[in-house]
Amino acid sequence: MTADNAKDLAQPSGISIRDLLDESVAGLFARPLRTALTVLGTVIGLAALVSTLGVSRTAGNQIIARFDELAATEITVSAKPADPEAPPNRIPWDAPARVSRLNGVVAAGTLTRIDVGDALVAASPISDPQRRTDFKLAVEAASPELFTAIRARLRQGRLPDAGHGLRRDRVAVLGPNAADQLGVHLLGPMPAVRIGDNVFLVIGVLDGVARKHELLSAVILPEGTARDLYRIDAPESLVVETRVGAASLLARQVPVALQPRDPSGLKVASPEQPQQIRAGVSSDLDVLFLILGGVSLLVGAIGIANVTLVSVMERVGEIGLRRSLGATRWHIVTQFLLESAAMGLLGGLLGASVGLLVVVGVAAAQSWTPVVEPLLPLAAPVIGGLTGLIAGCYPALRAGRLEPVEALRAGP
Amino acid sequence: MAESAAAPGVRPEPPVDAASPPLVQLEGVSRRFGSVAPVHALRDVHLDVASGEWISIVGASGSGKTTLLNILGCLDRPTTGTYRLDGVDVGRLDDRRRAGLRARHFGFVFQSFHLMAHRSVAENVMLAEVYGRRPRPGRRDRALAALQSVGLADKAESSPALLSGGERQRVAIARALVNGPRLLLCDEPTGNLDSVTTQAILDLLAGFHTAGLTIVMITHDLGVAERAERRVRILDGRVKVEP
Repeated sequence: MTADNAKDLAQPSGISIRDLLDESVAGLFARPLRTALTVLGTVIGLAALVSTLGVSRTAGNQIIARFDELAATEITVSAKPADPEAPPNRIPWDAPARVSRLNGVVAAGTLTRIDVGDALVAASPISDPQRRTDFKLAVEAASPELFTAIRARLRQGRLPDAGHGLRRDRVAVLGPNAADQLGVHLLGPMPAVRIGDNVFLVIGVLDGVARKHELLSAVILPEGTARDLYRIDAPESLVVETRVGAASLLARQVPVALQPRDPSGLKVASPEQPQQIRAGVSSDLDVLFLILGGVSLLVGAIGIANVTLVSVMERVGEIGLRRSLGATRWHIVTQFLLESAAMGLLGGLLGASVGLLVVVGVAAAQSWTPVVEPLLPLAAPVIGGLTGLIAGCYPALRAGRLEPVEALRAGP
Repeated sequence: MAESAAAPGVRPEPPVDAASPPLVQLEGVSRRFGSVAPVHALRDVHLDVASGEWISIVGASGSGKTTLLNILGCLDRPTTGTYRLDGVDVGRLDDRRRAGLRARHFGFVFQSFHLMAHRSVAENVMLAEVYGRRPRPGRRDRALAALQSVGLADKAESSPALLSGGERQRVAIARALVNGPRLLLCDEPTGNLDSVTTQAILDLLAGFHTAGLTIVMITHDLGVAERAERRVRILDGRVKVEP
């Protein structure tokens, strides 16, 4: 025996990375149908994860967009009660004109609840002896611009303009609920409403409003008419619609424009910061859908672990052969781990693709803009690979623990 | 077998020097399984196998012959005793080095062939090179040369499932020889074959032996065992060299 001979005999076994990868891929495709079915579990899990997160983000974005559209663009100003010695706090009658000059204001109008005492509202010429025809309804006075600020939609007729107020015309617009209650369905017969002793011609019926929903059940009079008949000192509130993002700044500017001597005498109701609400909405949805996706992924991982374990049991003879050809325990462990990780990776890639298609499909069906975190499609294959790796640990270690003699005896 | 004489997988052993140690040397080897009610599969085995020798180990089922072959192939470790391969005490090597021995210096032929059904014949042979760190370039050519040496070059792309039993065993022999092993270990290589095919396989092994390959073959068939130069009988774990 020479020293070289001894050295040659003592050379450890080894496998190149490329051979290891080749063997793992060959192991995967040896039973393509089984591999496909195993991968399907991970595909479903990760597709669920990606699609739920994507749909939640898309839906959240849609909710936030709607929130931005309405709540985040509304300011309501009212007067605070003043000290007895101080001049009273009041919103001026020309408030809409003053405020509309500010940058970021889309529309602004005044709204005042009129105290009509115990007076009931009844419709004329409708007089049905079979049922009650006079009701206690809210009566509001609105400037013409208010209807724009609350995005009022008409069912029929028209809205009052500045001329109605200037001329003190006795006209009224009904909210849809009020019109139904009073039995006013058509404006052709020129119906009128009577409030106490005052009669007003109904010139329009609203269909809906985007804000100030109390107007749906109210009788709305032109501000000039109401001032003349009911002695109103000042508007009760000013409703301002702003551009998206301008609300918080305008909330500080509007009181100055309305009451420069003491802006703090006016109370401004402005929305929360949209960013905070955006984060809250997204966070709530994400937690829910992450749990759903996580459960799906767990089911996929159990599938991989189960099939890999069955595969190890079925390939005992192959494991014995590989050991006889020079594979160490760790070569066997690594090969099975790579196979299960590759199944997870493949499942992740396919799952991410399916998930994205679902997000785009849902968004397209709802005419929404699909929104997906950019890292999510990239993270899904990594999550899948890690899931496969973790799921394959026990079966792979079990394969590595097999003694070559036992494995060879177990099967061809 | 004219083709086997030129077999590329057979590593010619150097001329045997009377002073040089045998290729395989077992001294007092025993193997015991279990501790509560131990089974003594091998008891105090002393066995030398010279380079280029072909010996057969004969014994009844359960006599310990497969255990002996597993120890010779470093698939198992003796409980006591020493196993030297070319003078190196391989019983003391760690698992990685013993695996290295299996990858480069031993070839195994099993009774049930142990071919992978979903791989082609050539791919089955190529698998033998994977754990020996042999270079990838030329791997296919070497596998084809090994298949040529067993007369199956034309079946290289076939599935093992389409081959006869004799052909499958030839593929297994090609796989065992592709790395140029120093010792070919055959576990009942003709156990699943008919008599005609058995003779063909034994002829093939005889050809490789003539080319210088050292072969240890276990069998329960005395007719098969007679083809070897020397026979060793094993009975209840004890070895008896036959004249």
